[in-house]
Amino acid sequence: MADVLTRPTDPTGPTGPTGASGSGTTTRPAVDPRVRRARRRTTRTAWVLRVVAVGYVLALVALPVASVVQHTFADGLAPVWDVLTSEDFLAALRLTTVVAGIAVVLNTVFGVGTGYLLVRYRFWGRRFLSAVIDLPISISPIVVGVALILVYGTYGWFGGALEDAGLRVIFALPGMVLATVLVSLPLVLREVVPTLEEAGIEQEQAAQSLGANAWQRFWRVTLPTIKWALAYGVALSLARSLGEFGAVRVVSGSVAGESQTLTLYVNDSYQEFGPDAQRQAFAAAFVLMAVAVVLIVVIAALRPKEEKA
Amino acid sequence: MSTATTPAPARPEAEQSGIVVRGVHRRFGDFVALEDIDLVVRPGGLTALLGPSGGGKSTLLRIIAGLDYPDSGSVEIGGRDATFLPPQRRSVGFVFQHYAAFKHLTTARNVAFGLEIRKRPKDEIRDRVAELLELVHLEQFADRLPSQLSGGQRQRMALARALAVQPEVLLLDEPFGALDAKVRKELRDWLRRLHDEVHVTTLFVTHDQEEALEVADEIVVINGGRIEQVGSPSELYDHPANPFVMSFLGPVTTLGGVLVRPHDVEVLTDERAGAVRAEVTRLQRVGYEVRAETRTADGETPWVQLTRAQVTELGLAEGGTVWLRPLVETPFPATALPPDPDGSDGPGGPREPEGAGAAGDGCTDRVPA
Repeated sequence: MADVLTRPTDPTGPTGPTGASGSGTTTRPAVDPRVRRARRRTTRTAWVLRVVAVGYVLALVALPVASVVQHTFADGLAPVWDVLTSEDFLAALRLTTVVAGIAVVLNTVFGVGTGYLLVRYRFWGRRFLSAVIDLPISISPIVVGVALILVYGTYGWFGGALEDAGLRVIFALPGMVLATVLVSLPLVLREVVPTLEEAGIEQEQAAQSLGANAWQRFWRVTLPTIKWALAYGVALSLARSLGEFGAVRVVSGSVAGESQTLTLYVNDSYQEFGPDAQRQAFAAAFVLMAVAVVLIVVIAALRPKEEKA
Repeated sequence: MSTATTPAPARPEAEQSGIVVRGVHRRFGDFVALEDIDLVVRPGGLTALLGPSGGGKSTLLRIIAGLDYPDSGSVEIGGRDATFLPPQRRSVGFVFQHYAAFKHLTTARNVAFGLEIRKRPKDEIRDRVAELLELVHLEQFADRLPSQLSGGQRQRMALARALAVQPEVLLLDEPFGALDAKVRKELRDWLRRLHDEVHVTTLFVTHDQEEALEVADEIVVINGGRIEQVGSPSELYDHPANPFVMSFLGPVTTLGGVLVRPHDVEVLTDERAGAVRAEVTRLQRVGYEVRAETRTADGETPWVQLTRAQVTELGLAEGGTVWLRPLVETPFPATALPPDPDGSDGPGGPREPEGAGAAGDGCTDRVPA
């Protein structure tokens, strides 16, 4: 019994040898080696799982990444620099930035607004709306692109009317933005919704009874509550938007220097013959990858904050 | 003295910062939460809305706060019609059961929130926040986040936050419901003292009759969407308007076919006029008191609340015979007691081993699950 008292943290309690109780009264009581072993047991299964997981990730992720880096810098920095300062590359980079930037802003506004709507209000068709928002990300981007052409193309439902009004959608910037928005539509929303649900409505009601109007409640209470989830969703959304290929390919036309995003630039260069074209492809791929790595680091840094909040 | 239900007493200050509720109805689907509620809360008082859960008391509080709206009827706060005003324009402070602390703001910023919204000058806010933190004894916690405070501290912060904007009325929804028993008791005393200092018209919701009796100047008993009775704690305890109020405010038992409080029963060791002969079936010690469960010849099972000294003095023992006599007249026949899920003290009720034990009825906290 004294054994149990001197070692309150020991869940196995009385299984230890009774001899320990005598010496354990003044100094820190000795823990039975069997107990220690049982607590940090790493079984053979755990070892096998560990090896399989690490091997799988190495083969699928690390090796391809390493080979892109190797190919990019195979001839040193100078050729890479030439590519990165070439007009076509810079145009593609600019276009990607513009398209992804607009898409992320739209998705953030939509995600926060719709998330708030879905969490705070009960209305007819709410679950249907929630399911439909997930649709674009679950169907193939190529299909999304084709569908956009069917609606907004010159011979689509109202593409013709829009063109008559002077707004060209397909094979132009609006179409590329639309395609990118669609493939990353629910990413912000799905991050924001659980946080809003968990926070509940009482903080907002408290703010209201303290005199805050709708805008003040959003700005001073709701937004700070969801900020980490929102940042996480924006980072995810940005990563997805920068990397989008399929849907944008269908609606852009991919004219170099005009309607070619970075992913299209990589693809088109890679399919050309000649070492220069290959080098262009690898350099651009490296840039895309580097941005992705930075975003992953940001996301990894944000995640614990989100959990803590 | 305390005021009563409508019509409002012709007192000028009743129109200044009290609450007047007239003819309020509220239903949720088929469920009638509030039915024809008329209530006058006098200015400067500390009033408890007491009742079982689901009785409508929280709904009424939320309607007064503007967090819900009545189907019909009106709400006046400080003499102004507030029925359709949004919460931010009602001049009410609201304190939630689960604190509703702004988790991303420090204690001081939480308290300052309402003042910042009102765009008061910085030094005024600083002084006022310091003053309020002192009032709620949280000076040294000004820079802590709510997650670093205990439940009791958070609730005191929430109170300071509500008081910061100098509301005309302060509304508290089960303010101590989420706290453990000891802290709850401390905060009750503290709330009473705070109110004596601040004097803001305060209305708080509770299902704990002890809390209401201890803290409030005036108690409004609500059950089934209706007001059962309004009065001071002692009025309600000593002169309940109906069997429900009597049984909700304290323990009851039946003796000679009427409802009595188990501490208002005289225990005699010899026969006297008006006394009923009973056999002691069980003596149960609960802390400082002893509950003597008995059984009379006609099958009633009254129980009596005694002290240990009384038990010794009377020489009570299980199986012994006593004569019981009510000390106070009560007008309610035992049959009038509404059916109570906690157990029955009704005549002829089956006697269980733990006793009319359900007898604890009224002694125990009526805390809903």
